[in-house]
Amino acid sequence: MSEVFWWVVFPYIAFTIMLVGMLYRFAFRGVTWTAPSTEFFEKKWLRIGSPLFHYGIIFAFFGHIMGMVVPKRFYDVLGVNDEMYHAFGIIGGGFAGLMVVAGLIILLIRKMTVPRVRAQASFADYFAVILVLLVSILGTYITIIYNTTVHAYEYRTTIGPWFRSLFVFQPQYELMTAVPFVFRFHVIVAFLLFASIPFTSLVHIFSFPARYPTRAPIQYRSRIGYRKGSSTRK
Amino acid sequence: MRIKAQVAMVMHLDKCIGCHTCSVTCKNVWTNRPGVEYMWFNNVETRPGPGYPKQWEDTKRFKGGWVLKNGKLTLRAGGPITKLATLFYNPDLADMNQYYEPWTYDYEHLITSPKSKHLPVARPKSMITGEFIDKPEWGPNWDDDLAGGSENVSLDPNVKKLQEHIAMEYEKTFMMYLPRICEHCLNPPCVASCPSGALYKRDEDGIVLVDQEACRGWRFCMSGCPYHKVYYNWNTHKAEKCNFCYPRTEAGLPTVCSETCVGRLRYLGVVLYDADRVKEAASVEDPKDLYESQLSVFLDPFDPQVIAEARKAGINESWIQSAQDSPIYKLAMKWKIALPLHPEYRTLPMVWYVPPLSPIMNHIEEGALNTDHYIPAVDHMRIPMEYLASLMTAGDTEVIRKVLLKLTAMRVHMRQQTVGGMDELSHSELLKEAGMSAGDIEDMARLLAVAKYDERFVIPTGRREMNDDLYYRYGACSIEGLAPPEGMMTYPFGKEE
Repeated sequence: MSEVFWWVVFPYIAFTIMLVGMLYRFAFRGVTWTAPSTEFFEKKWLRIGSPLFHYGIIFAFFGHIMGMVVPKRFYDVLGVNDEMYHAFGIIGGGFAGLMVVAGLIILLIRKMTVPRVRAQASFADYFAVILVLLVSILGTYITIIYNTTVHAYEYRTTIGPWFRSLFVFQPQYELMTAVPFVFRFHVIVAFLLFASIPFTSLVHIFSFPARYPTRAPIQYRSRIGYRKGSSTRK
Repeated sequence: MRIKAQVAMVMHLDKCIGCHTCSVTCKNVWTNRPGVEYMWFNNVETRPGPGYPKQWEDTKRFKGGWVLKNGKLTLRAGGPITKLATLFYNPDLADMNQYYEPWTYDYEHLITSPKSKHLPVARPKSMITGEFIDKPEWGPNWDDDLAGGSENVSLDPNVKKLQEHIAMEYEKTFMMYLPRICEHCLNPPCVASCPSGALYKRDEDGIVLVDQEACRGWRFCMSGCPYHKVYYNWNTHKAEKCNFCYPRTEAGLPTVCSETCVGRLRYLGVVLYDADRVKEAASVEDPKDLYESQLSVFLDPFDPQVIAEARKAGINESWIQSAQDSPIYKLAMKWKIALPLHPEYRTLPMVWYVPPLSPIMNHIEEGALNTDHYIPAVDHMRIPMEYLASLMTAGDTEVIRKVLLKLTAMRVHMRQQTVGGMDELSHSELLKEAGMSAGDIEDMARLLAVAKYDERFVIPTGRREMNDDLYYRYGACSIEGLAPPEGMMTYPFGKEE
């Protein structure tokens, strides 16, 4: 029964809170949607911590796509055998994980010790940083220590298919029953993190300005079009 | 031709007494909330000096504005790809130390202090951390009226550029005031720097604004603006800037800074320009040609062809009329005595400055009252022409000299009319050197010295016919958004279609 809760009910609750919460915040609290930078207060430590963390987590994101979203069959067809895959996963993922953890620790210490940053840090800020830190420490532990000392766990046949099954609304929770504890813990904390996104500064993940390179440099907007957000281009 | 209208400002620096009334009234209206205490949409700096924020003109460090790279106009800090790569840390951003840490005083202590031997003191207290600041070391206008002396003057990037000894001996010092607001540029680098597309230039009046709902706090506008006139609200984590008091200008009222200016040195008006020519004008090779090329984008509001095109572009009669009566058009384009601030940034700024003249007039009066000496005196003024040129003409002293000659000619001509005492020959010689007719000079004297409210501020009201639901609003109740009339459809996202 608890298996059904953790691998069916809980993930869907987390996703629902995330989606509904973000829609609500975007529509009704749009003014609060931002990347809450503290660079204006302190630059020296941010210069090291922030790029380290952000680039690390972008690499980690693509790593998770490779492991969770892309099916194992794909690698088999390509001729990538399990050893090659795991060697790449452990080295690449390990680097990304270390970057994330190191960056986050710098950022967390900075948040707690630099007076200006500390004074303006909210509960939600600490909550988000500590939760991401917990998830990434677990993930880095799995990648670097568990995979090399216990065994290179084949999550592509258990966690991956389970994760994909969530999106087709056919959750195969039984795949998760035999998964080692650290992996299960990592997944549960990650879903907790997803659920917290709408309530923290993490919403800025979804604001990556990907369209910037393609738009006209100078933007004109007419008063007529203001509320509709339309713009004429140069 | 793509005609657009732009509201612009001229500041006549001769009349600025550095009283900071503009800054204070602006602050009371716009920046007296948590998160924006350190912001001055309008500030008045004593020059030479580091300015606000400190050394904002140091483009090598902050990388604001545009540059020509292989003949192509690009942002100095780099294009979109560079920006996305440095999204997580902007190396060019000025931090709070370049502005100042805002503080208040512990006034409460004055009332609650127990009886003691010494008078209670209200200690300064940071508005960021809430901690006491034992010794504030920098604040707004810390360097006012050359305070700090040569130590602060030498921080001025213009002084550094001149590479000459600027005398700080008491008898030889010079200073001037430079009131600054957002330039509402024709080619705004802040708009081009914004990854979210939140900054935009209004089609109707050219005012540059930040869409608070679209801003994601990436902060490239702050470093992209070479004038450092976009600020970061550390409370809302969004950018804010001077909005040219658009709620006032839309109603035909001058901006707060202009309205309250004690010296009445600010002029507001409309100019028409060709938006298709902006990029070309900003892309001329030699920075010294930028002033002339900027002037070339403006259109003559009396030209019938321009009027016809303007009507076609949807600019209505009151705006065309305002463009014809515009004091900006007269000062900046017709008489050419108002100059842009740092044209070398290639932004085509829309706040213009009439350079100050007073010190050389004193210089003349100190010497023998020889009327022949007006022209040479312009070349030996107290504020070095190179300094003014570094501020307003990308180093071209010839333009500054011409403007100062015009202003000198105006004073001499008006003095001649009331006091006399100058022979015909040197009088006509001066007019010839200044390149102005007596009629123009008298018009100029009127606009600079006696112009009334309506002559200084020629602002057409915002175009209400552009509100899309005027018919609906006719007779409507102002709280209808909160309590719509029965039977009206309401939409959860706020806007009636």
